[in-house]
Amino acid sequence: MLLETNDLTIGYRTASGALRAVEGVNLAIPEGEIVGLVGESGCGKTTLARSLIGVMAGNASIERGEIRFQGRDLVSSGARYWKDRRWRDIAYIPQSAMNSLDPVYRVGDQLLEVLIRRGGMDRAKAKRRAAELFELVGIEANRLRDFPHEFSGGMRQRAAIALALALDPKLVIADEPVTALDVIVQRQILDTLDDLQKRLGISVLLVTHDISVVAYVCDRVAVMYAGKLVEEGSVDTVLGSPVHPYSMGLMNAFPDLGRASRTLVPIEGAPPDLHDPPAGCRFAPRCPFVVDACSEPPAIESVDETHRAACWRIGEAEALRKDASEVTTWQT
Amino acid sequence: MADVKPLVEVRGLAKHYERRGNPFVRRRGASDVVRAVDGVDLTIRRGEGVGLVGESGCGKTTTGRLLLNLIEPTGGQIVYDGEDLSTMNTTQVKEFRKRAQLVFQNPFDALNPRFTLYRSLVEPLANAGVPEDEHETRILRALERVHLRDAERLLDKFPHQVSGGQLQRIVLARALVLDPEFIVADEPVSMLDVSVRAGILNVLREAKQDLGLTAVYISHDLALVRYVCERTVVMYLGRVMEDGPTEDVVERPAHPYTKALVAAVPTPDPQQEHVALPILPGRPDATAVPSGCPFRDRCPEAHARCAEEVPAAHEIAPGHVVHCHLFES
Ligand SMILES: Nc1ncnc2c1ncn2[C@@H]1O[C@H](COP(=O)(O)OP(=O)(O)OP(=O)(O)O)[C@@H](O)[C@H]1O
Ligand SMILES: Nc1ncnc2c1ncn2[C@@H]1O[C@H](COP(=O)(O)OP(=O)(O)O)[C@@H](O)[C@H]1O
Ligand code: SF4
Ligand SMILES: [Mg+2]
Ligand SMILES: [Mg+2]
Repeated sequence: MLLETNDLTIGYRTASGALRAVEGVNLAIPEGEIVGLVGESGCGKTTLARSLIGVMAGNASIERGEIRFQGRDLVSSGARYWKDRRWRDIAYIPQSAMNSLDPVYRVGDQLLEVLIRRGGMDRAKAKRRAAELFELVGIEANRLRDFPHEFSGGMRQRAAIALALALDPKLVIADEPVTALDVIVQRQILDTLDDLQKRLGISVLLVTHDISVVAYVCDRVAVMYAGKLVEEGSVDTVLGSPVHPYSMGLMNAFPDLGRASRTLVPIEGAPPDLHDPPAGCRFAPRCPFVVDACSEPPAIESVDETHRAACWRIGEAEALRKDASEVTTWQT
Repeated sequence: MADVKPLVEVRGLAKHYERRGNPFVRRRGASDVVRAVDGVDLTIRRGEGVGLVGESGCGKTTTGRLLLNLIEPTGGQIVYDGEDLSTMNTTQVKEFRKRAQLVFQNPFDALNPRFTLYRSLVEPLANAGVPEDEHETRILRALERVHLRDAERLLDKFPHQVSGGQLQRIVLARALVLDPEFIVADEPVSMLDVSVRAGILNVLREAKQDLGLTAVYISHDLALVRYVCERTVVMYLGRVMEDGPTEDVVERPAHPYTKALVAAVPTPDPQQEHVALPILPGRPDATAVPSGCPFRDRCPEAHARCAEEVPAAHEIAPGHVVHCHLFES
């Protein structure tokens, strides 16, 4: 495993008390694969993604758990070691990367800065590399002299990818890289990521709330709900035969251009307030399949060798899937 | 269908904006005029759900606002139920404002943050002069339509105290409270999570069916438009490229731009094919619209004529119109 988290738990201190945005998460990112991280807004995707590079909000802290990169735990290895991995081994493309380029510097200069300062290259070499990186992500090298405002949204996103790839990382974490983009641009960016992943053999953690994006480019997918990992496995299995009721709900709620006639099935209710989550399964208040056991939190368990989920009724998944496709099932 | 008088008839509709931007920020070849909407023809029949789709900046919102008489066109004409919007007198405008409603994309734009949800729902009724003793029944009826659970408990709250899904239901209820016959919904679910979105889409579908609403849905999401609209209009740089039954437009797109747009939409199927998109690189710029067909500099099938002449509307099947020279019969 290239990267693996163990029982990772991250809290925020807020004016209205402590909040756990990520709790007991075991996420695995294999070498050379694209892993999707999905879940609705506020479920902890960005918190988890940012923790992997050790750059978190000032009021955030890792309460417990490990982040193992190539076998070594980053949390206990010290800030210095972690910082050295950043850019070089693990690169991060922030959510709204499109707006994260500094508006007063030319895009190329921002790239050179990383290559020279972080990568220790001399100027001539850094310039060659910058041009190469631009070609790699599909922008003409003569646009390196442009300012960010001269780029379209899609080009800015490409520039952010180029920046992330600058020092040949093994893992790229992309937080909602296509969310604000039009479908055609979105598609071009996804194709670029996919192509780069194959050519460079890197791993990618792709944070998104769009299941179609996962289906289009990811090999594996992890589904989060209210701070917890609820299901994880190959894209084929999780999207094709989900075993967690929340994953089933997501699939049935999603409009599919290929299947127009199907009625969309809403998941009634809203996710819990993370200041005060339910004691048992966090999905229980919205789950149509809740049983007595659900008042205790279910542990994440293996469904088979490559597929895990946290639900007391994993064994009955096939029958539940059938019921989950009916609108009335969720209207209790 | 031909004998049914359309509710809205749009001819040559245009909205151009003067740009007073920073000259240093101006892109090469750009002019001072933003051609947001640039010659749109559109016929909307009663009870019809029409989806307006296209990339960001293609003029969807501007078209929607023009249809509701919220902004003035630079050119062209909108006839609503036989009346030209531009020549309506104040009484007629007031009446029109009751019959036609806008549903905002961002619920926070639609509701005053300092008003309780109840007050936001009463306001349109009071403004329209609906007698006070009718307010409650009207509000309750609208809330029922949008399936807002726990409505009584929620109505005393302020917008920031309820979830996005609840808020969007209130916004919809607010649009429905005057029993409009025509609504324009601008990206009504784009701010919502998938699990909540489905519920709102179902409400939109139902409201349309039950109330016989005529509706224009603006969205950049074709899958969503397919779910709620029987007709789809594809726009590019302020013009209509294709207009037809949603089924035909999605399953058998004819215009080269629609083909690219449909092909670009990913689906939840992990086995979907990865085909190359049939579109040339570039991006639409409303300050530098190409001559002839606005899509021609990105069109893989462009030929000499495309630069010379704006393509006329070609009807390729009943009610299915394509603006492209390839369809000259
Ligand atoms: N008030 C205005 N002044 C100047 N230009 C404007 C104004 N409103 C819109 N525009 C321009 O008109 C064009 C069309 O804008 P419009 O908002 O209608 O697009 P849209 O299709 O709704 O896009 P989106 O999908 O991003 O909402 C754009 O180039 C936009 O920048
Ligand atoms: N800096 C912060 N301070 C306090 N709470 C935060 C902060 N950032 C995020 N949160 C909270 O943590 C939870 C997870 O947020 P986030 O990781 O951004 O989710 P996602 O990326 O899945 O939308 C949410 O409840 C959010 O409100
Ligand atoms: S553990 Fe219980 S409440 Fe949670 S998802 Fe499974 S059935 Fe539903
Ligand atoms: Mg996020
Ligand atoms: Mg718009």
